[in-house]
Amino acid sequence: MESQFTYLGLIVLFPLLGAIINGVVGSRLNRKLVGWIGSGSILLAFFYSLASTLYLYNHGHDSEYGDLTYTAFQWIYAGDLGLDIAFLMDPLTSVMVLVITGVGFLIHVYSIGYMEDDPGTWRYFAYLNLFCFAMLMLVLGKNMLVTFIGWEGVGLCSYLLIGFWYEDDANAVAGQKAFIVNRVGDFAFLAGLFLLYYQTGTFDYVALEQMASTPAGIATMAPVALPAALLIFVGCTGKSAQIPLYTWLPDAMAGPTPVSALIHAATMVTAGVFLISRTHFLFTIDPAIGLTVATVGTLTAFFAATIAVVQDDIKKVLAYSTISQLGYMFMAVGVGAFTAGIFHLMTHAFFKALLFLGSGSVIHAMGGDQNIQNMGGLRKWMPVTALTFLAACLAISGFPLLSGFFSKDLILWSALSNAHVLSIPGLFDGTIPAAALTVEQAQPLASGGPVDVTATSAAFHWFFYIGGLLTAGLTAFYMFRLYFLTFEGECRADEETKAHLHEAPMSMTVPLSVLGILSVIGGWIGWPHFVPKGWLGSGHKGGHGADHAADAGWTIQDVMLGFEHWLDEVFVVSDTFRIVGRFGAHPYSAEMICTAASVLVGLSGIAAAWWVYLKNPGLPKEIADSVEGLYNLLDNAYWVDELYDSLFVQGAIKVGSFFHAFDKIVIDGVVVDGLGWLAEQAGRILSYLQSGDVQRYATYIVVAIVLIVLTILTI
Amino acid sequence: MEPLSLANGDSFPWLTVLTFGPMLGVLALMLVPREQKDALRNIALLTTLGVFVVSLGIYFYFDPSVVPASGEPFAFQLTDGPVDWIGALGIQYYMGIDGISLWLVLLTTFLMPITVYSTYSAVETHVKEYMICLLFLQTGMIGALVSLDVFLFYIFWEMMLIPMYLIIGVWGSDKRVYAAVKFFLYTMVGSLLMLIGILYVYFQTGDASGGYSFLFTEMAAVDLTFNEQIWLFGAFFLAFAIKVPLFPFHTWLPLAHVQAPTAGSVILAGVMLKMGTYGLLRYAFPLFPAALKAYAPWIGILAVIGVVYGALMAMVQDNVKSLVAYSSISHLGFCVLGLVAMTPQALAGGLYIMLAHGISTGGLFLAVGILYERRHTKEISDFGGISKSMPIFATLFMVIVFASAGLPGLNGFVGEFLALLGTAESHFLWFTGSGAAVFTQTGGGYSLEWAMAALPAVDQVGPEMTAYVLAVVAATGVIWVACYLLWMWRRVMFGPLDKEENRVLSDLNTREMVYMIPVVLMAIFMGVFPKFFLGPMEPSMHGFLEYMAAEQKEAGFDGSVVVQEPDDDWTPDQSPAEKMRENNR
Repeated sequence: MESQFTYLGLIVLFPLLGAIINGVVGSRLNRKLVGWIGSGSILLAFFYSLASTLYLYNHGHDSEYGDLTYTAFQWIYAGDLGLDIAFLMDPLTSVMVLVITGVGFLIHVYSIGYMEDDPGTWRYFAYLNLFCFAMLMLVLGKNMLVTFIGWEGVGLCSYLLIGFWYEDDANAVAGQKAFIVNRVGDFAFLAGLFLLYYQTGTFDYVALEQMASTPAGIATMAPVALPAALLIFVGCTGKSAQIPLYTWLPDAMAGPTPVSALIHAATMVTAGVFLISRTHFLFTIDPAIGLTVATVGTLTAFFAATIAVVQDDIKKVLAYSTISQLGYMFMAVGVGAFTAGIFHLMTHAFFKALLFLGSGSVIHAMGGDQNIQNMGGLRKWMPVTALTFLAACLAISGFPLLSGFFSKDLILWSALSNAHVLSIPGLFDGTIPAAALTVEQAQPLASGGPVDVTATSAAFHWFFYIGGLLTAGLTAFYMFRLYFLTFEGECRADEETKAHLHEAPMSMTVPLSVLGILSVIGGWIGWPHFVPKGWLGSGHKGGHGADHAADAGWTIQDVMLGFEHWLDEVFVVSDTFRIVGRFGAHPYSAEMICTAASVLVGLSGIAAAWWVYLKNPGLPKEIADSVEGLYNLLDNAYWVDELYDSLFVQGAIKVGSFFHAFDKIVIDGVVVDGLGWLAEQAGRILSYLQSGDVQRYATYIVVAIVLIVLTILTI
Repeated sequence: MEPLSLANGDSFPWLTVLTFGPMLGVLALMLVPREQKDALRNIALLTTLGVFVVSLGIYFYFDPSVVPASGEPFAFQLTDGPVDWIGALGIQYYMGIDGISLWLVLLTTFLMPITVYSTYSAVETHVKEYMICLLFLQTGMIGALVSLDVFLFYIFWEMMLIPMYLIIGVWGSDKRVYAAVKFFLYTMVGSLLMLIGILYVYFQTGDASGGYSFLFTEMAAVDLTFNEQIWLFGAFFLAFAIKVPLFPFHTWLPLAHVQAPTAGSVILAGVMLKMGTYGLLRYAFPLFPAALKAYAPWIGILAVIGVVYGALMAMVQDNVKSLVAYSSISHLGFCVLGLVAMTPQALAGGLYIMLAHGISTGGLFLAVGILYERRHTKEISDFGGISKSMPIFATLFMVIVFASAGLPGLNGFVGEFLALLGTAESHFLWFTGSGAAVFTQTGGGYSLEWAMAALPAVDQVGPEMTAYVLAVVAATGVIWVACYLLWMWRRVMFGPLDKEENRVLSDLNTREMVYMIPVVLMAIFMGVFPKFFLGPMEPSMHGFLEYMAAEQKEAGFDGSVVVQEPDDDWTPDQSPAEKMRENNR
């Protein structure tokens, strides 16, 4: 029996208890109390997450894999399949649980103020706690099925919360759409799981990873690696709103705004990025997988950003922005920069949650109006909201030294510089001895051995980089369009609305401020490598299980590259012999140029937004008119929704109706009634035989006897 | 003649008491005047509750460590008999259970009191006859599940038919007579073919053991040629496929469900449909193993068609009840697919779906019944926004809906996941190689080679892919089930509360909560602790698969059945009673 680290069980237990208490007796409790039960359970989970992370930091390396595990109970057992409800905490999970419980707690607190007047508060907090429970299951799962429980569970909570105000049919429709589109992804996910299990016979992450780091294991996995990984990836595109399954997320904004912040920005939609990172060993087996993932990510990032430019609904802008930012994360994990992807996941959770909460504060003040064309100059009434919103806008635009700058920059740099090792000769046919794939011997391979980076692959990487850079410019532009139209310039609201404008209550502004601070400093644990060594002390460490526990105290360097060092050991299988840098070991100058380019692009975007929306307020209309076709295309999000609707939704209904008719006419009409008719006719003929005529009966008897005799004789 | 003792040894005759317990209730009901409706209802409820309490005994004394002897498909315990019943014909009274029937019996006894309690306000006419029908039905169902003599099984099998025919035909909706007759004819056609099949095998037993016998074990020992098996399996299969119902034998079901009263639908969906799948597993598969191998890919295809077809049909229904009825066709498609795949996971999944579907679809019909009693309509368009007026109902209904939609953590997921996972790794559903040879062996007029040729490029994909493709097509069910259930939910429970009649609906009363909550809790329990149910099943399933593997080896299809040694640490090796005794010591 492995050692049981009980805290992991407690982390998921508290939110579940909160959900049960609020769900069962919440309707009879005071609304404030309901809110504090909900928030408190997440706070407890946060404390235990923090404690577990610290324990992992201090003692993680005592055990063989450096992971903490906890098995709650045995779940599905049949034949030699054994699935436990079991949890695993490694550095990757620790980042996720801290984000979920930390940001989650802030959003719960915010919700107390936001949902104050709603009669369904108890239902709201029960769902929200249930969501956190499911999300924690997802990231803590020790095998893919526990992850899948969480995966579907968050989908359920998303459905319930999008349709929280279900009396409006539009909300109910949006929730339904989210669930069904996600189910399409889940179907692919399951199909991928079956394939993977067929070859490997296990769902356990640790066992799979071990398998993926030996030649024999890789040879087992290789035949299904590409289809299985791509199917799982389709599942990820559903949950994380990527092409082709992104269409549900903009509609999901129908839910209460804190829900959008927690589920549809900070946590649930990042599940796909997490899952790919968790199964990185599978996704790097074949370079085609990574290139597909990164291509989808790049395209999503770019196209979603173009749609965001023309949206007038404050939440729709943020929704498309989320899709676009998630595209960055997929770009990162696609090129094998898992650390960069998770880093951006974390900083994005800070600033995007802040943007959503800020927009909630604005919507609250505007009396429910979400159209930014009716806003303007709100900074005067809502200074805290405006300031924190500005910080988040700067962060997402990649303004130097804010959180988004570090993470986005790392992604763009990795997109350009990383390359997959296309082929290690003899890897799959077993001619390479097992020892050749140990970490030590694979090292020379990574740093200039027989790396086959073809021109096609290089073209892909340039495509990712340029796509990402363009998206960065667009992002800065539409975020500042949003900021300027909302908070700066003249107020365009009517007098009545103006009279009601107010800053949000404390329970809302405090979470905003905390997230604002995190959006600013959240990136300071991942500085670029080219930052002078003098800043870093004695040069940076090699990573790969660097023994940080042994160091007494932290050096400044530990903090500045802390994120990378913390996650290094998780991705060791992929990093050592499957992902290489194309520009050599220490390409600081190239990295520096890359950073400068992204800063320049970001600032240009901001400047352009200032020029168009503050300096020349008439200009947007003129531009929109001059390129009306393009504007309409973007405004309608490339008509993908309409396409899907006519193709799939109407298609399925048509097939169903056809089957219905087939059932009635062919099966029931022709076959069943036909048999009935035959029986009836047979009865008629038989009744004709039974005429009552004795002579005829005598004839039958004679004929029968003759036949019998003949039969016997022939035999 | 042997001394008449029902029980083996000194133990209590559990199965006889369970089977005929409801008859005591019938006797009591006969003594009560028909005007005293409340007394009649209470007697029926107490009877079914009593039977449920007694049935806990079989769980308590069920010993999972009893495994089939080599060469036997099943090992039965808690047996009553065998006692000669009609000795001259070799018909015996013999009952017993194993891990396969244990939970189905418990499902029946669990659902019956709930069903009876739900009819307190639904049925006002001929209450006495109604309750008698329900209790007769219970005897028939339990009897069919525990019979070990094929003739006895057949008697109980037919005995289920008549009360259900009456329940639909007398207490149903407008087109009840048409529906009842259709139900009766459909199932009778199948049953009669099966009877012919049973008699054929019966007359073969004489050669083997001297006297003719209907005992299952005797019949299983008969050596049948491949051609005989093909025909006999066809006869058995038809009977059970109609009952399941498998596409394309399903058209009686939606009609019967829509017309039947709530209790009829709950029992029909909850237990009676499982008689089809149970019959396949208990009789058709082990009696004719070589024929099964020939039919298996085709059964798999029918099952998969059923999954998709039923779901798409459910999507376009305007009537809540027929929607749920079509969803049953879809769910049982998963079940049959799991049963024919012949892998431990798929078999466990198929069995688990039987239980889970009984609970969740039973719950769905109860919920529809609750709506019907308030609004006297089943049309989806007559509802809307019900969540607002009936919040408690909405919560319970939602759990059941998501259980049915296969959400992990609720009961529907476990079975479907196992069935699909097992199907994907199945070797039994392969067409090519040795499997394809079966069709040429059959030769003559019913060679299926032409159909093989019609399938595109199976050879190129490779035989493994046959099973995987079936699993994947069936897995699209997870999309369809969300489509039809959530669409129904949105139109019935969500949306604006814009109809005057719906505004005044009262939420659940105490009685309704008392029968809904156990169903909901069971749906959750089965989803969270499936091992509780899978554990006692496993040794029986393992033995069955070993038997099938041996039979297939004999028939020349070695390795087509996947047998795995389960870990010792999870299958219980003693009955709960034994464990308790040990703990007390």
